[in-house]
This record gives sequence, C-alpha cells and structure tokens, in this order.
Amino acid sequence: MTVLIKGAGVAGLAAAFELSRRGIAVEVVDAAETVGGGASSYAGGMIAPYCEREAADEAVLALGLSAADWWAEAVPGEIFRRGTLVIAAGRDSGELDRFAARTRGYERVGGNAIGKLEPDLAGRFDRALFFAEEAHLDPRKAMAGLYERLVESGVRFHLGGADSPSEASFSTVVECTGAAAIAATPGLRGVRGEMLFLETAEISLSRPVRLLHPRHPLYIVPRENNRFMVGATMIETDDDGPITARSVMEFLNAAYAVHPAFGEARVVEMGVGVRPAFADNLPRVLDRDDGFAIAGMYRHGFLLAPAMARQLAERLCGAKHPPLFSHPSFRKEAIQ
Amino acid sequence: MPIFYGTEVRSRLFLGTARYPSPAVLAEAVRQSGTDIVTVSLRRETAGGRSGGAFFELIRELGVRVLPNTAGCHSVSEAVLTAKMAREVFSTNWIKLEVIGHQDTLQPDVFGLVEAACILAGEGFEVFPYTTDDLVVAERLVEAGCKVLMPWCAPIGSAMGPQNVPALRAMRAHFPDVPLIVDAGIGRPSHAATVMELGYDAVLLNTAVAGAASPAAMAAAFAKAIEAGHAACHAGMLEPRDMAVPSTPVIGKAVFT
Repeated sequence: MTVLIKGAGVAGLAAAFELSRRGIAVEVVDAAETVGGGASSYAGGMIAPYCEREAADEAVLALGLSAADWWAEAVPGEIFRRGTLVIAAGRDSGELDRFAARTRGYERVGGNAIGKLEPDLAGRFDRALFFAEEAHLDPRKAMAGLYERLVESGVRFHLGGADSPSEASFSTVVECTGAAAIAATPGLRGVRGEMLFLETAEISLSRPVRLLHPRHPLYIVPRENNRFMVGATMIETDDDGPITARSVMEFLNAAYAVHPAFGEARVVEMGVGVRPAFADNLPRVLDRDDGFAIAGMYRHGFLLAPAMARQLAERLCGAKHPPLFSHPSFRKEAIQ
Repeated sequence: MPIFYGTEVRSRLFLGTARYPSPAVLAEAVRQSGTDIVTVSLRRETAGGRSGGAFFELIRELGVRVLPNTAGCHSVSEAVLTAKMAREVFSTNWIKLEVIGHQDTLQPDVFGLVEAACILAGEGFEVFPYTTDDLVVAERLVEAGCKVLMPWCAPIGSAMGPQNVPALRAMRAHFPDVPLIVDAGIGRPSHAATVMELGYDAVLLNTAVAGAASPAAMAAAFAKAIEAGHAACHAGMLEPRDMAVPSTPVIGKAVFT
C-alpha cells in the first residue's frame, strides 16, 4: 500500500508518523515550502485536555488524554509536562469558580502555591487552578522534529509545489489540508485565531498561564529565548487578513494585567490562522472516494492530531473501528 | 402574542448567538428555547463583518428571524455603518442599536443612541434601541421613531438581574403601548420571571444561556420562566402584606385545637 498525504501541518505529519510506523510507504505533499505552513505554526501548543473541557465536548478530553505521551514518543524532549496555571484577577474570581465547575483534574491553589509554581507571579494573584497533568510544546519545533524523524524513516516530502507526485499512482490519498478544505467540505467552516509573540527577559514562566476574564480571556505559553506566545481570539470568519488593532490591544492589556513586565516586552511577531471546524467543533476522519480526510481540527490540532492519526491508521489497516463521532447532525451534513 | 414593528412573534425570549461552545450547541439552545428571534453581532464575532460567511449561513439555517445588532460600536457613525452592513447581510430592516458609552460598564451612550436612532429611523430601519431605564431618554427614542424600547436591568453580561425594579416598573407604566424588552443583565430564570411579572413584553438573553454548563437546558429553563412570569402578570398577582392571612377561615371552625 502506498499513501499520499496532502498537507504537512500537524494533522498530516501525525498521520504520516502513524502510517509509516505501521510499515506503510508514505509520501507527503504541501504547497508551502516548509512543514506547518498553515494554522499549525500559530498554535499555542498546549496539551490541555482538562482545561479545554471548559467549553469542549467530553470527547476532546477523552481523545486528548494520551496526546502528551504521543508527542513524547514522536519527538522526544519537545514536550514539557509542567501543568497549566489558570488565574483570574480579583474582581473576576467568579470566573475561576465557573471554570472549576466545568472542568476536572485541577487543584485549587492559593497565593503561596502560585508563587512556588511561578515565582514571577508571586503576590499578584490570590487564587488559581493548577492542572498538574497538562503539558505544552513549541509547535514549530515539534513539527520540525517530526519532519526530520519522518525523513529519516524514509517518508518522502514534496514541499513548495515542486515535483508533486501524481495522485493516481498511490493506492490511497489522505487529505489533511486544514483550512484549505473548507470550501470543498460540507459543514466545515473557518474560525479565525489571532496571536502574537512577546519577547522579554524580565519575566519567565514555566508553564502555560490562562487568564480568565469575562471579555478577554487569553493564554500565555512560554517558549525558548524569552519568548511568549499570547493568544488567541476565536472569531467566526475564514478571513485570514492581518490581526486587528482591537485584538492586539486586548492581548496587550490582558498580558499587562498578568504581569507589568509584558508592558516593556517587544512584539516580535503577530500571526493569524484560520482553523477549520465542524458545527460541533469536533474533528473527524472522513471517507473519501480516493481515501480519507482528517478534517475539522478546530483549536485542537496538537491535542487531537495523535488520536485522529491513530484512527486513520486503524481504518486504513482494516481494523474494525467504530466512528468516534457519529453525531446525527454531522451525518446529515456529510450526506448533504 | 407580542408584535414588534407589525410582526407577530411566537416567543417572548430573544436569544443572542455569541459565545456558545460550538454552533451545534447554539442550534440546540435555539431549538430548546423555542425562540423565533435571535440576535447576531456583525462586528465582534466576525472581524468587522467583512465575511462572517459560514457562521452567518449557520444562523440563517436556524430558520428563525434575525435581529442584527451593532454590539461593540462606540460611536454614532460606527453604529450607523454597522446597521447598513447588517441590512445587506441579513436582508432585514430590523436593527438592535447599541452605542456603547462606557468601557467598564458597557453602559449605553444615550446621547449617541438617540442621534443614531434618528438617523436610522429616517433611513427606514426599524430600531430596537438598547437603552438605560431613564424615562427621558426613552421618550427621546420614541420621538426619534423607535416603536420598541430595550432597557437594561443590569450591565451586559453581569448576570446581576434587576437592579432597579421601581425604575423598570415606572417605565412600564409610562409606556403602556410601547413594546418593552429587557435587554442585558439577566443571569437566572428567576430574574427573567421577575421582569415579565412587571409586565415586560419579552426578554433578551445571551451570556446567561451561552455561558451555562448546559446551554440547551438553560435555554429551556428560561423559556419556562418567561412564560410563567408573563402568565402571572396577567393572572393578577397578590400584593405582599406584612402579616399572615390564613387560607382557611379560623372563626367558624367546629373545634379549635
């Protein structure tokens, strides 16, 4: 069996890994020059199944629980298992209770414990939720590492549109084209996400910090070299134009509220990605005439790509596997 | 059933469409609420309304009437422009007019609101103004051509419930023939029942449903509370009194125990 994977974002790379480890000959094609050319590069990289449960379906938690182990195996050394800290300003402490009521897997911590976890936040917040089991990674480094590993194991990549292979020469084609599939996939829509990178040596964080706020919730994910990824908006549009002034203003205000040192940070990058999503915001492995598609990763690319890749591999290899999302509303869309 | 700008609707619950966990959850909440009017923000949810494409399509597929709003507009010109875009996108003259005056409380800028209402009414819009419980402002809005008023009962999204019941009661008494909808500040079904008992025609909600653990179940709970409050208002409620009144007469009983 030979498989062509269209799309070298997080879903395509994870699928390539799961197929090639099963001994299947895999090639990957992407119009971009590098892997992660779409929304994946702008991801937070939080492996946070418990926190996501605040707004996401239980399936996201169930499928995401093994993601940190998957990444640890796929790209050793790239995953940091330091948990997530969820904080709120004093006047929004009700938001912490609301978040706690919707989630599990946390411990309530007070000011002292916050200071021990994140010394630079000492004295700034009285209450927090600490999700010890969660993890994070740097999406760009993780995808680069996965790419190298795939190349070493014999997966052929066709990047930048050059020497694209003929689809007909493969026994199966797997579409992992992210937002590019929106127009051709019934029920799929775009959800715009905006983010920015701040750089400052005046503060350091060990783990992702989520600031709960009724209007401007945000997360800050520490990266190497004194960088912090700040995100992300959720706007119902497939417009991938530049970030709006209002979003920048809200991010910077909220980051400043987490720590004033962010006021002096440099804004080193701003990014916009369009996340493909179905109406229930759950991803799926879809049947196609010439193979399969992994679609609708929404804001859960790094969290759920491992589970989708495994599901794809099991279906391709003939293993009986019930569809994970047989939601009636989705079936209707898929048939239409 | 209530009539707004000549259109009879079957539900006294207007439901906002922002901040649901997913469009599928939103659709289920709309179904469970029994509403036939949803509000949609052109600005905040859709990057300035340039292309809300798929989301707007999902809203249209709900099969209910859309009341577009100008949420997030802080000036008259922004609000007027957004209203015109909304008319194009949703093919309706209805517009829920918000002109926000205060960053923290999101209190309406009532001066800008009256000015924008004049402009929009003059251009054929049917304006649903989001206003305070100030009677003089309400009169100006009616003079400007508004045939519906939407006073807040507490700041947007605060879930505090009615903060000034006497003012809401005065507004009802002062505008017996203008449909009144409480917009903003409702947190619980009991809040909605309270304002309906005061004789309001409808309630507009968003956060209280979208932010609930189960939005669909909360939408159903609100629908019942709103119907109950409305029915109670017309069933003639007792006034509270400060002493007990036995429901069974005591004098005349054969045996005192």
